Amino acid sequence: MNFDFTEDQHEIKRTARELLAKRSGLEQVREAAEGEAYDESLFTELRELGWTGIAIDEQYGGAGLGVVELMILCEELGYALAASPFLANALGGLMIEHAGSDEQRAKWLPGIASGEATATVAFASGAASEVVPDADGAAVIVLIEGDAATLIARGEAEVEPVSTIDPTRRYARVTANGGEPLAGDVAGALARAEVALSAEMVGIAQRTQEMGIEYAKERKQFDTPIGAFQAVSHRCAQMLFDTEGARSATYFGGWAADADPSQLALASAIAKAAACEAAISVTASSIQIHGGIGFTWEADVHWFFKRAQLDAAMLGGASKQRARVTQLTAASLASAGAA
Amino acid sequence: MDLTFNESESAFRDELRAWIKANHPGDEPAGEDEGYAFRREWQRQLYEAGWAAVHWPTEYGGRDATLVEAAIFNEELARARAPFPANVLGLLLAGPTLMIWGDDEQKQRYLDPIMSGEEIWCQGFSEPEAGSDLASLKSKAVRDGDDWLVTGQKVWTSGAQYSKWCMLVARTDFDAPKHKGLTYFILDMEQEGVEVRPLRQITGDPEFNELFLENARIPAANVVGGEGNGWTVALTTLMNERAGLAFGLQVGMKVALDELTEELAASGKLDDPMIADELGALHIKCEILRLTAYRGLTATMKYGQPGPEGSLTKWMWSQGNQELMQFATKALGPQALTGGSSWGRAMLRSRGNSIEGGTTEVLKNIIAERVLGLPRKK
Repeated sequence: MNFDFTEDQHEIKRTARELLAKRSGLEQVREAAEGEAYDESLFTELRELGWTGIAIDEQYGGAGLGVVELMILCEELGYALAASPFLANALGGLMIEHAGSDEQRAKWLPGIASGEATATVAFASGAASEVVPDADGAAVIVLIEGDAATLIARGEAEVEPVSTIDPTRRYARVTANGGEPLAGDVAGALARAEVALSAEMVGIAQRTQEMGIEYAKERKQFDTPIGAFQAVSHRCAQMLFDTEGARSATYFGGWAADADPSQLALASAIAKAAACEAAISVTASSIQIHGGIGFTWEADVHWFFKRAQLDAAMLGGASKQRARVTQLTAASLASAGAA
Repeated sequence: MDLTFNESESAFRDELRAWIKANHPGDEPAGEDEGYAFRREWQRQLYEAGWAAVHWPTEYGGRDATLVEAAIFNEELARARAPFPANVLGLLLAGPTLMIWGDDEQKQRYLDPIMSGEEIWCQGFSEPEAGSDLASLKSKAVRDGDDWLVTGQKVWTSGAQYSKWCMLVARTDFDAPKHKGLTYFILDMEQEGVEVRPLRQITGDPEFNELFLENARIPAANVVGGEGNGWTVALTTLMNERAGLAFGLQVGMKVALDELTEELAASGKLDDPMIADELGALHIKCEILRLTAYRGLTATMKYGQPGPEGSLTKWMWSQGNQELMQFATKALGPQALTGGSSWGRAMLRSRGNSIEGGTTEVLKNIIAERVLGLPRKK
C-alpha cells in the first residue's frame, strides 16, 4: 500500500509544472483566449516532448506508459490552463486504443501519438453533437451514443466551429455523415477518458485554490489580511477539502485503470463526480475570495471558472455519475448478498 | 502508486480475519454498563491473542504493525461488525502519548494494563469554559510536598465511570502565557477528590460524564513530559486521536451506508432518481474519505508523525456521517424515527460527530493556518 507517485512520476509532474510555467503562463493563456487561437508552437513543443503519446502503446509510436502518467500531465495542463488540443486528443486516443479494433488502432493511433493527426471525443445524440472539443483541427472524431461509439474520419463529418463561454479551448458542432463502430470495450475506454478529464479539473481546482489563498494573504481590509477572517479562511479550507477529495478519487481512478480494471467503473464515476463538483465550487469560491477584482475581465480566475464549466459538462456531468455510483454499488451489494 | 496490500499486509489481514471469525463475540448487549462489560471482555480476548494493540512496538507488547496494518485492523473489526475494544482511549491516545513523553517507569507501569483492558483510561481535557479554546482551561494543580492537588471541573469525559486513570491537563502556572502554564498528569480516578456524574446526551444515553475534582491527589511521578509542557503533550494525544480513528470510523460509515442501500433497494425506493442521486453522493463521500485517509497514511509513513491533515479526514467523516444519518431517516420515512428503528438514535448521535474530537470550526482553523498558511484568525 503506497498512495504516492513513483520517483519517475514525480519527475514527470515537476518537469511538466516547470515547462508549462514558462510556456503557458497566464499571459499566454489570456492571449490565446482573447485572440481565440492557440499558440501552435506550444502544442508543437508538447508533441516533440512526446507528451501526446505518453499513454499510447509503443507499437503505435507512443511511450507505452499508463493512465497514471497521462493523468499527471492532464492535471498539470489544467493547473496551467494550457490552451491546446492536448486533452481532446488524449481522450480520443484512449477511446480508440481501448475500444478500437487492431485495424483502427493501426490506422489512427500513430497520428494521435505524434500529435500530427489528432482525435477528439464527445457524447452525441442522433449522430450529432453540439459541443465537441477541438473537433475542427481533428483528423478523427469519436461520438458516443448510449453504449455505442462511432469512429468518424474528419472527411465524413460536418464540423462547424461554435463559441462557448470558455475561450481557452476551441469547440465545434459535429454532424456525422458516416463512420464505423468502435466495437470494443467502450465503457472501459470511456472510464479511462473520464479519469484523464477529471485530472484536468483537479489541476484547475488546485491552481484556483492557490490563487485564492495567495490573494487572501495579501489583500487587506479593515487593516487585516482578509485570510485572517474566518468567513474567508473557512472558505479556503473548504477549497482544500474539495480539491483534495477530488484528487484522492482521481488518483485512485488512474491507479485502477492501470492496475486493477475491475475497480475502474466505480472509481471513474466517483472521480468524475468529485472532480466536476470540485472544479466548479473551487473556481467559484476563488472568484468570491477575489471580491470585486475577481469579477473583472482583468483578473485571471474567470478563465479557470469557464474551463471548469465546460469540462464538468464534458462526457456527462456529476448527476449522471452519482446515479451510476448508486447503480453499481447496489448491484455489487445484491450480488454479494446472493453469493 | 500501489494500492494493493503487499504479501505481509495480506497475510496480516487473512490471519486477523480468520481469528475474528472464530472469536466473534456476537451482538453487543443493550445497556451502557452491559455493553461496556462486553467490550471489556472482548478486549481481554484480543489481548490474550495478541491483537489488542497491533500498532504498538513489540517492546511494549504490540505487534509493531505498520500504519497500514493498523488501518487494516480497524477496517476488519468494523467490517466484521465486531465491537471496538473497551479501552479505546487508552489504546489510541494514552498509550502512544506515554510512549513518546512518558519516562521508563511510566511505560513499565501503565502500558500493559492499557492493552489488557485491566485499567481503563479516560481523557480529562475539555472543561465547561474551555472547549475549542482548550488552552484556556482553568483546572488548577498546586504543589503539596511530593504531590500535586488538583481542583476543577472536566466535561465530555467518556468512560470516566469505568476508568482507573485519567489523562488530565491542568494549569500549574497561572502567570505564564496560557499555552505555557499547563501540565499533563496521570490522575488516579479511585480517590475521594474525584467525583464522576453521568451527563445525559441528546440521545438520552449517558455516554459521557462530568468530572468534579476537589484536591484530587497526584504524585509528582505522574507528571508526563515535564511541568509546564502539558500543551505540547496534549497535542500529541489530539493528533493521534484524529489520525488513528479515521479508518474504523470510515468503515463504520460504509457499513451503515451499505445497510441503508440494501434497505432502500429492498423497498423499491432506489428507483426514485432523487433518492438514488443523494445516495450516490454519500457513497462518493465515503469512498473519498477512505482514499484520503490512505493518502494521509502514506504521507505519515514518509514524513513521520501524523500531521494537521488528519483534521481533513475527521471533518470529512463527521460531515459525511451526519449527512448519511439525516438522509437515512428522510429516505426510510417516519418509521425510521420510531423506537423500533436504530436509525433515529444513530441520527441523533451523529450530531455529536462535528463537535467531539475537535469541532469542525476548529478543524477548519487548523487547516487554514497550518496547512494553507493563512494568517492567524481574528
